[in-house]
Amino acid sequence: MSNILIIAEHDCSTLNTSTAKSVSCASQIDGASIAVAVLADDASALAGQAAAIQGVDKVLAISHDANASPMAAIQAPQVAKLAEGHTHVFGPSTTFGKDLMPRVAALLGVNQVSDIMTVNGSHAFERPIYAGNAIVSVEAPTDAVVVATVRTASFKAAADGGTAEIVETTIDAEIPDHTRYVSLQSGQSDRPDLQTAGKVISGGRALASSENFDIIYTLADKMGAAVGASRAAVDAGYVPNEMQVGQTGKIIAPELYIAIGISGAIQHLTGIKDAGTIVAINKDEEAPIFEVADIGLVGDLFNIVPELTQALES
Amino acid sequence: MEKILVGLKRVVDYNVRVRVKGDGSGVETDGVKMSINPFDEIALEEALRIRERGEASEVIVLSIGTSESQQQLRTGLAMGADRAILVSTDDTLDPLTRARIFQSVIERESPDLVLLGKQAIDEDNNQTGQMLAAIWGRPQATFASEVTFDGNTAKVTREVDTGLETIEIDLPAVVTADLRLNEPRYVKLPDIMKAKKKPLDEIGLAELGVERPPAIKESAFAPPAVRQKGIMVDDVPGLVSALKDKGLL
Ligand SMILES: Cc1cc2nc3c(=O)[nH]c(=O)nc-3n(C[C@H](O)[C@H](O)[C@H](O)COP(=O)(O)OP(=O)(O)OC[C@H]3O[C@@H](n4cnc5c(N)ncnc54)[C@H](O)[C@@H]3O)c2cc1C
Ligand SMILES: Nc1ncnc2c1ncn2[C@@H]1O[C@H](COP(=O)(O)O)[C@@H](O)[C@H]1O
Repeated sequence: MSNILIIAEHDCSTLNTSTAKSVSCASQIDGASIAVAVLADDASALAGQAAAIQGVDKVLAISHDANASPMAAIQAPQVAKLAEGHTHVFGPSTTFGKDLMPRVAALLGVNQVSDIMTVNGSHAFERPIYAGNAIVSVEAPTDAVVVATVRTASFKAAADGGTAEIVETTIDAEIPDHTRYVSLQSGQSDRPDLQTAGKVISGGRALASSENFDIIYTLADKMGAAVGASRAAVDAGYVPNEMQVGQTGKIIAPELYIAIGISGAIQHLTGIKDAGTIVAINKDEEAPIFEVADIGLVGDLFNIVPELTQALES
Repeated sequence: MEKILVGLKRVVDYNVRVRVKGDGSGVETDGVKMSINPFDEIALEEALRIRERGEASEVIVLSIGTSESQQQLRTGLAMGADRAILVSTDDTLDPLTRARIFQSVIERESPDLVLLGKQAIDEDNNQTGQMLAAIWGRPQATFASEVTFDGNTAKVTREVDTGLETIEIDLPAVVTADLRLNEPRYVKLPDIMKAKKKPLDEIGLAELGVERPPAIKESAFAPPAVRQKGIMVDDVPGLVSALKDKGLL
């Protein structure tokens, strides 16, 4: 039987939906028993949230001052201890999980399955490689623990309504002091979260300045959409890095994705493959983004975007 | 600090549109342009800048792969690395084995800093740096967009989903480069000539006596599901009605 441990991602007050998505991936393994580990300075409230996710059988609440900020070097030895008795340890394929899980895998002496997108069996998975240009079927060894990250855009969050038991747990692991948290600088925004929003509007290099990006924000607010960007727009400093969509930014799966002034480089497309409907607005009718767009409109964004915003007002 | 060790992986160039072979046995790599993994180029550029600022004295580039990886090491030397090491093998290796190889080179070289790319763009694993830091028992700072040093510690700004996180780590440590850490320099012709004289040592994998963990088997390769090309609309009213038809407005 599969005894799966999922490492919860959170910001100390709320669980990230990547946790419920990891649960939904784990639930696809037949007869899985699922435990979620919450490591925090005070894990009690978060443990309650984890216990409410459907499909979770048990929540391990690990409260320790060292877990006030998630740092891989500090969490990995704890997770490696928690892994004992489990057949699988899963984390989300977010920057949190990507940082932590390989460190856990190495401590356990196994390789990691990165970015599970499909579950074919307890040890058989599919994952994307080459920026999603190929999908490889992999089989993890059955005589060792499976450490994996879950490609969150491939799974819907498991619903609430569960009532798992919560077990306060202490771990006897050596916690290093060579890694210290300093600060987090995040662009506070009241807009929907890019990774979970149903609608996302992204702007590219064509916006040409951060001031011009305002027309994207105005349209997004009108539609209740989150705002994203291409790497070129981030590199040019028009928007902060956490807005980058793509292979090396966020991989998202909104119902509606509108790409404005974005050419559609493969690295960008990797991030939006799972979107429901893709709309492209670009002045170049040859732009590769039109190859994947469900709805395309050729024209100057500086005319189209304000006109669209106005059309939505009436 | 004395030494910086940089990993350079030979990968299919990022501009190549990779295709899965007809029989699903792998991806087409015959006759395809190969380059240094772009994140590794950034890692090397950072190491060179640290040395040029006088904060390190030697930059060593390491590649694990077939003798063809010498090309990427020569490019690394032309960019400015002082010497190169090739751990040669014809085997396809898994990330943990590669991390163990790095560890055994670390035991020989005792670098103060290991700079890797955050991920190799062929297998998109994003594992080696974290694994190396674990077996070395040292700090890791992944997805770095800024690195500064103060004596025996480094401050690293990391690109995380929530924004920019800063951590402080003791050296020696592993840092993995994200795209915005720097913009790599171009190699000039005279540098290519000079690089031919720089030392490039080859070590056979067997010589290192690295223990191989059970590998994850790759059983079949398939092209991704393709999105169908959709419709073109002529104007904003056309777009609005197409969105309404789909129930998106
Ligand atoms: C290793 C690696 C990883 C990468 N990861 C990512 C990633 O995660 N995400 C990402 O996005 N990129 C990534 N890139 C970069 C990617 O290759 C492209 O360079 C980038 O996506 C281009 O951004 P863009 O489409 O905004 O700019 P451009 O390619 O310059 O496109 C601008 C587009 O705007 C159109 N345009 C110009 N003016 C107007 C106007 N007035 N009205 C309408 N349209 C207009 C142009 O026709 C053009 O198509 C990565 C690259 C590498 C090497
Ligand atoms: N064969 C290799 N030779 C040299 N460096 C490597 C090799 N494989 C991985 N690396 C380093 O580890 C980083 C992460 O690789 P990966 O874990 O495979 O995504 C790369 O960007 C390189 O810096």
